[in-house]
Amino acid sequence: MNGDTGTVIRRVLREHARLPVDVDTLSDDADLFAAGMTSHASVNLMLALEDAFDLEFPDRMLTRGVFDSVASIAAAIDELTTATDGTLGPRGSGP
Amino acid sequence: MGLRVGIDLVSIDSVEESIRVHSTHYLGRVFTSRELRDCRSPGGAPDARRLAARFAAKEALLKVLRVDDEAVPWQTIGVSADRMGRPSIELTGVADELARRRGVEALDVSFTHEGPFAAAIVVAQVREAR
Repeated sequence: MNGDTGTVIRRVLREHARLPVDVDTLSDDADLFAAGMTSHASVNLMLALEDAFDLEFPDRMLTRGVFDSVASIAAAIDELTTATDGTLGPRGSGP
Repeated sequence: MGLRVGIDLVSIDSVEESIRVHSTHYLGRVFTSRELRDCRSPGGAPDARRLAARFAAKEALLKVLRVDDEAVPWQTIGVSADRMGRPSIELTGVADELARRRGVEALDVSFTHEGPFAAAIVVAQVREAR
């Protein structure tokens, strides 16, 4: 995982996920829902990540698995920011 | 024939915060145009209490469908109430397809809000228990 990406994800989690625990105590693989993130908070997390990384999660990524850990979020962002087919890239870059 | 039930509880202040922080980014991503039309205060602003109830209904429906890691956009789950306040749920696209695959033959929904919370319950009649 890119260190900067992980740092930004943790900042967004701290500001938007309403976690009842300090995000810095969670490992990259820790289950965020098990740590207390609600389904509605995961929506805020997704929207804040879109703003922070200037991208849009496509419908196919609106799954619990994408948002259930720092590592899974980073993997999704990495996929979106490195996509080259024009369908998954940063916000506004689609066909 | 079997029954399935799903329930969800949403903090209204979390919806208020989403509206305040993310505004149309949030509203347009989660709610249908009808839901947004139905959930306006007399002054025209989004009504967080009623939107929270509808979000709870969407999440309750996902529990009924036993969604594992399928992607189900929130806008494919439409929640409305008639003039008497009787709610109903309408599925489109991915949610509709998933409900068919799960054997759902009928759905009913009820929701409420009181104080800081909104809650919803969804009941489904399914062809067989899975």
